[in-house]
Amino acid sequence: MIKHLRSAADLDADTATLILDTAGEMAALAGREVKKLPTLRGRTVVNLFYEDSTRTRISFEAAAKRLSADVINFSAKGSSVSKGESLKDTALTLQAMGADAVVIRHPASGAPHRLSSWVEGSVINAGDGTHEHPTQALLDAYTMRSSLGKIQGLRVAIVGDVLHSRVARSNVLLLTTLGAEITLVGPPTLIPVDIAAALSPATKVSYDLDSVLPVMDVVMMLRVQTERMQDSYFPSAREYSRRYGLDVPRMRKLPEHAIVMHPGPMNRGMEIAPEVADSSRSTIVEQVANGVSARMAVLYLLLGGKA
Amino acid sequence: MAYPKADSRKSTGPGKIVLSEADLHRVVDRIAHQILEKTSGATGTVLLGIPTRGVPLARRLAARIHAFEGIDVPVGALDITLYRDDLRLHATRALGKTELPGDGIDGRRVILVDDVLFSGRTVRAALDAISDVGRPSSVQLAVLVDRGHRELPIRADYVGKNIPTALTESVRVSLAETDGGGDEVRLTGGEPS
Repeated sequence: MIKHLRSAADLDADTATLILDTAGEMAALAGREVKKLPTLRGRTVVNLFYEDSTRTRISFEAAAKRLSADVINFSAKGSSVSKGESLKDTALTLQAMGADAVVIRHPASGAPHRLSSWVEGSVINAGDGTHEHPTQALLDAYTMRSSLGKIQGLRVAIVGDVLHSRVARSNVLLLTTLGAEITLVGPPTLIPVDIAAALSPATKVSYDLDSVLPVMDVVMMLRVQTERMQDSYFPSAREYSRRYGLDVPRMRKLPEHAIVMHPGPMNRGMEIAPEVADSSRSTIVEQVANGVSARMAVLYLLLGGKA
Repeated sequence: MAYPKADSRKSTGPGKIVLSEADLHRVVDRIAHQILEKTSGATGTVLLGIPTRGVPLARRLAARIHAFEGIDVPVGALDITLYRDDLRLHATRALGKTELPGDGIDGRRVILVDDVLFSGRTVRAALDAISDVGRPSSVQLAVLVDRGHRELPIRADYVGKNIPTALTESVRVSLAETDGGGDEVRLTGGEPS
């Protein structure tokens, strides 16, 4: 088993499948009266969050607690120390506290890689800059597999701000490893020409959402990051929504079995219409529930055995 | 290598056979009868197999009970990996499947089924796992082989065969469902014979 989960590229097909299978067993726990396992008793998991997050932090916290690990939440917000120094100093503190795993979210791409060279425990990337968010990709893959029965051969459209999306990057890497065919869809300003090839040669790019929908098994809508709206990547929010938003007429173009995903938090009415988000095709609520199972699987597989 | 015929299997593989296919089937039949006898017809009883080989054994016991008395005993699987006390001593283990019967185990008599009873630590973990998934009225234990060397105060209610072993020896149970080929129990290692 691998020691760290810094990138979805750390996972080969066998390891990724093992994580998804383990997540399936962990999911059974949610239906039990006692939602607790003694597995990681005495282990310490530190949630080190340099960026705001609700669902990812809570999800990791719930996952660690359900496995009986001790959880320390470290919110670095408001730190006046410059980023590079503070991360290293924090790492040394965590090292001294004997953290068995550090779950890190950081605005700087690559921060988990740096951290893993300073601490002895496992490092789990919970989102770094515009780089990666591997546990989101795992929970998305798990959701696809439980909704559609497989991942191999699935056609998946990832729609929106691919340029700034760590969710998109991790999903392309993981889903390609597991045999899905990815199409990145969005305005040309938000999909660099070389990005698809750089991530995986099999990845396709399209600038026209309507033309790709009829053949897709999965449509994953990315959040339009409001802070980007001023940056002239697209003329106006309304125009973006008309060309790349998933509304009811567009959803009808999808095959009968296709599912609609969104990593959250959503901008209802912007990239996804409320009727679509609340429709029976939407797996958005399931994704949140599956997040806990997927993160339990990762924590168990990284920390459950001999260090 | 071609699969050997049943009567020539003595010559294959290391160690010696302690239960042949026919022996193993007789032992399963006997445990099925004992369960019926001891539980007054297996009413309110659930068989829970411990993966890997406890699961097919539990299914076989249920099939034999059905054949003898026409009673359907619910069968499930209970993976105990997450409850083990030796997780830190080994590389991470893959999880087995846990599947409880539809009606659960509350108020039932649970019979745990495993292939080999050794230190008793697996059963200890299984007891913890059971208390997290329900509250049975009682818990019993059925094993195909009891090889001794208990490290905890645990005993089986139904034993297929007691096999005195040395700690250096290992008991290898093969079942058609999990190992391909035929059924047998083999004792390997220990003093060269």
